[in-house]
Amino acid sequence: MADTAFAAPPRRPLVLRQPSILVFLACLALFTLAVTLLADGSGTGAISTSFVKTLGKTLCLCLVALAMDLVWGYCGILSLGHMAFFGIGGYAVGMWLMYARTRLIVVESLANAPLPPTPEEISDGIATQIFGVVGASEFPPVWIFAHSLTLQLLAVVLVPGLLALVFGWLAFRSRVTGVYLSILTQAMTLALSLYLFQNDSGLRGNNGLSGLQNLPGLGEVPQSAISLWFFWASAFALGLGYVLCAWVVSGKFGSVIRGIRDDEARVRFLGYSVEAFKLFVFTLTAIIAGIAGALYYPQAGIINPAEIAPIASIYLAVWVAIGGRGRLYGAVIGAALVSLLSTWFTGGQAPDLVLGPVRIQWVDWWTILLGLSFVGVTLFAPKGIGGLVDLVTERRSPSRHGADLGPDHGSLREREAQE
Amino acid sequence: MPQLLEVSGVSVSFDGFKAINNLSFSIGEAELRAVIGPNGAGKTTFMDIITGKTRPDSGTITWGEPPRSLRGLSESRIAQEGVGRKFQRPTVFEDQSVADNLLMALKKDRGPLAVLMFRPSQADRDRVAELAEEIGLTATLGRKAGELSHGQKQWLEIGMLLAQEPRLLLVDEPAAGMTPAEREHTTDLLKEAAKTRAVVVVEHDMEFVRRLECRVTVLHEGSVLAEGSIDHVTKDEQVIEVYLGR
Repeated sequence: MADTAFAAPPRRPLVLRQPSILVFLACLALFTLAVTLLADGSGTGAISTSFVKTLGKTLCLCLVALAMDLVWGYCGILSLGHMAFFGIGGYAVGMWLMYARTRLIVVESLANAPLPPTPEEISDGIATQIFGVVGASEFPPVWIFAHSLTLQLLAVVLVPGLLALVFGWLAFRSRVTGVYLSILTQAMTLALSLYLFQNDSGLRGNNGLSGLQNLPGLGEVPQSAISLWFFWASAFALGLGYVLCAWVVSGKFGSVIRGIRDDEARVRFLGYSVEAFKLFVFTLTAIIAGIAGALYYPQAGIINPAEIAPIASIYLAVWVAIGGRGRLYGAVIGAALVSLLSTWFTGGQAPDLVLGPVRIQWVDWWTILLGLSFVGVTLFAPKGIGGLVDLVTERRSPSRHGADLGPDHGSLREREAQE
Repeated sequence: MPQLLEVSGVSVSFDGFKAINNLSFSIGEAELRAVIGPNGAGKTTFMDIITGKTRPDSGTITWGEPPRSLRGLSESRIAQEGVGRKFQRPTVFEDQSVADNLLMALKKDRGPLAVLMFRPSQADRDRVAELAEEIGLTATLGRKAGELSHGQKQWLEIGMLLAQEPRLLLVDEPAAGMTPAEREHTTDLLKEAAKTRAVVVVEHDMEFVRRLECRVTVLHEGSVLAEGSIDHVTKDEQVIEVYLGR
């Protein structure tokens, strides 16, 4: 009896077991190739440099959406703090970019002085340049490693990771779940953002860090080329992130975290330490978010504390919900679609809609449209856009006998969804 | 005879209400035991205490050889020690296949990193197939657990418990909502399981308990009222008064 369908072949490689990975990677590769061929810096010039940057940023948003899907769609933790980890990654890499570039400028300007400048003079010069805007002229302690790219890149991974580890340990250990955990993560995000808004936070207050699109020492390289480098790096990171997430959710680990989402107590009685698993996923996704942020902000050119505000994390949840949580490609589709649409609508390119006496200007109305589509998806299509794939592949989902469709209590029940 | 689990003098109260009152209970290595009692007798709380869900206010819970205390351990630690629990309502992971449900329950290292690196060996697959055979779900291995009937879900949950290879199995009303044929199958499963491990069955249904042919512990108001064979306890005056009689 052992030779049932289940017990048959030895394990095949991951990509063969989950064809969606191959499809995704192929689409990503094609997209990257197409953009490269059409871009200003390498091809026909049909795509402007600023749009290459927009596309590159979108890929980073897709990466952080993957992280959100892992933590929320698979593990059931509705974190409203992952854009904070994203922002921290951006700040970490931004500090080096700003320091190194300012240093070059200062060294150049001091080169004409009669006496060669001392290291203190250079350091003071950089500090005055960077912090003059907040009325300071000394380096705050957080800038201690800003001179080293290696250390700042380590910080991209370590700071979000450690913050998530400590925060998650405190929260999960006290068995804070559901909406209370969401509120707690949101409070953390708000606190971080408010702290960064202060001038004496050491990160230039509400001015944030700017000029990040200029890579130090590469002044002659045009932005059209730099934008492509970052675009490629973002595409590579997204591909890698997708495979990593798919691998994490593929085996028994995936079973356990989906079990935690659906029935936490049952997993506990199976002998799994639910807290340890949640902490692992929370920390891993915070690191992914940090890396995505570190790739995003050099393309955006500027980062300020408003980027960390809770609303950014709420948008992230909306993208994943619209795209379809609990499936990785859903998160990517949601993030790409909604953020590109958002760019289009708020960029003033969308034509106004005239409805009798009302003139709908999308710059203002886009948020309302987004809000309505979120409500619509939640009520009528809980599987999101990714659910359309099921129509094609006719993947059958089980009847859940009226159980909650979502991981949280109070989410839509099956019977309600059908009505 | 050395006992696997010894609960002595355990009390717990919720907001002043004594759910368990100075309860003592013990069970040996390979023993089948039925626990009966009217609603509110503390049967479920009793299970909660053993599995770590509820912390007792006083008393001791010792386990295994040499005896160690289970008090203060987390649910997952107690489960790793070898205490398996089946809930009244069948709780399986409906969104996952029967095979995945069983695979998750197999006795393996439960740490996150070990689980992340885990890939089922041929032996693991064979074990899953063997378990499926035992609980009669071979044909449904690839289907999602949510598609099973109520009785099949109960068996799947029992199969998951067996996969855990627990030394003590706590089963809450296994026969609830089953057809007579399904009940018979369940009785056989439990009797078979009790040959190699301790099994505690909490049950309302007297007929079902009688068919288990085992020692019976009667709970009432949070403590043990009587203990012995089914015939012995059904003749006990007090038992008749609180539970059977009127």
